[in-house]
Amino acid sequence: MNILKLLDKLSNDNFFTKEATRLETITNISTLGKKAAVASIPLGLGAVMATPAQAETLDRAASATFFKSALTDALQLALVLEYLENEYYAMGLAAPGLIPNADRPVFMQISKHESAHVVFLKSTLTSLGETPGPKPTFDFTAGGAFMPFTDYNQFLVLAQAFEDTGVRAYKGQAGNVMANKAVLQAALQIHSVEARHASQVRRMRANKGWIELADGGNMPAATHAVYAGEENVNQAGFNTGTAFGAAAGSAAYDEILTGSEAQAIAGLFIV
Amino acid sequence: MKKTINVSNQGATLDTGRRNFLKLGGIGLAMAGLTLIGCDDDDFEFPGNGQVFDLGAGDVGVLNYAYALEQLEADFYTKVVNNFYSGISSVEKEIFTDLYHHEVIHRDFFKAAITGATTNVLPKLEFQYPNVNFNDRNSVLATAKALEDTGVAAYNGAGKYITNPAYLVIAGKIVSVEARHASAIRNIINPGSTDFSGDDVIDANGLDLAKEPKDIAMAAGGFIKTPFTWKEKGIS
Repeated sequence: MNILKLLDKLSNDNFFTKEATRLETITNISTLGKKAAVASIPLGLGAVMATPAQAETLDRAASATFFKSALTDALQLALVLEYLENEYYAMGLAAPGLIPNADRPVFMQISKHESAHVVFLKSTLTSLGETPGPKPTFDFTAGGAFMPFTDYNQFLVLAQAFEDTGVRAYKGQAGNVMANKAVLQAALQIHSVEARHASQVRRMRANKGWIELADGGNMPAATHAVYAGEENVNQAGFNTGTAFGAAAGSAAYDEILTGSEAQAIAGLFIV
Repeated sequence: MKKTINVSNQGATLDTGRRNFLKLGGIGLAMAGLTLIGCDDDDFEFPGNGQVFDLGAGDVGVLNYAYALEQLEADFYTKVVNNFYSGISSVEKEIFTDLYHHEVIHRDFFKAAITGATTNVLPKLEFQYPNVNFNDRNSVLATAKALEDTGVAAYNGAGKYITNPAYLVIAGKIVSVEARHASAIRNIINPGSTDFSGDDVIDANGLDLAKEPKDIAMAAGGFIKTPFTWKEKGIS
């Protein structure tokens, strides 16, 4: 997507107002205490069909503010994760003798994308009238637990953890950005890039490109939060493990991380 | 009393017994129950020639669209694993077997999910691969790459048409796995390169492809023998 086209869309009042309307529907669900019901029947079309009649009663202005906040909060979280990845790869590429020449093209490509994501998210936030959060101060040793810039294996371990976290974190924010279709699509487009990165880094570590069960694949205990819940084989009541077993069933779906779970993981590396 | 749906390929069958996979509660259960009323068997009566299945409106249309793409991917990998190209490495065999598993799971998931929500379920489609040589490594890998990239672009482009946040999350759970597949296939084709997320699919903003349904229909249409329409999205 052309960023100018996106920004033009974002700055169009009609576009935003129109998009906010659908979010009201979602707010309304929780207002009426139906959030749990929706969660328990994720594939029940009835839940969707039941909501429009209720949407009329909502205070439109109040909800627009609420959803703008949910939207920009999601983008701020994404920006923190992109700041983290961008700085990590820049430092890795700058560390003498760390990344073997054969692997440098891969990390230069990943680094290029993370850098672009930072710029893109900052522009998007600005266009929404929100000041992009400042870059945190990172400590990629996590208080001395890792030595990623002198030990290439550890560099790969954390790269895998960051990419797999990114995939789950973006996915977890889908509901918060869906009111704005332009932002939703861009977020999806970043999300799949993170997944391509994750698959590549995982395979460089002799893992499969996808996550089977909650096993990150020869990962230290400190990263287990990244994979917690990935063993899920129940998608809206459908048992994905029936046909070929739980490993394949869980790998066929990546799970979400909530905003607070993603923040907790990123927080390990923020001073 | 027989249910009637409009499809063009006579003889296609649907296994509605899979409805049981969905444990719907509340309103969803009521909806699922309604669809069963007046339906005493699993046979479908096909109307005369020339009537083509339409994917439908709203979220149902998007789900059927995803189901069509997953049917295609599952069908392709089923053929690959039933006839591995000669000289295939153990790594490649493992990857294609995993992809076969994942896509069949996706396909069967959508069938169960849509069947649980509506009677407007896309029938089993028929496919053709006129330009694919399943005995040739390059041909199989190139087709896999095209299918996975197309899948990613399709989900990325269709997300904005989904109104139910729960469906959106499910689509998100699947599309990232498709992207993981695409990355692996691309890396096998050109190891050590930047192709896993190459400049041919990722733009200067670091964004992956997102394509509209009508563009996906153009890209994947050559593989799909069974005609269908999606009038809401301009596919007819």
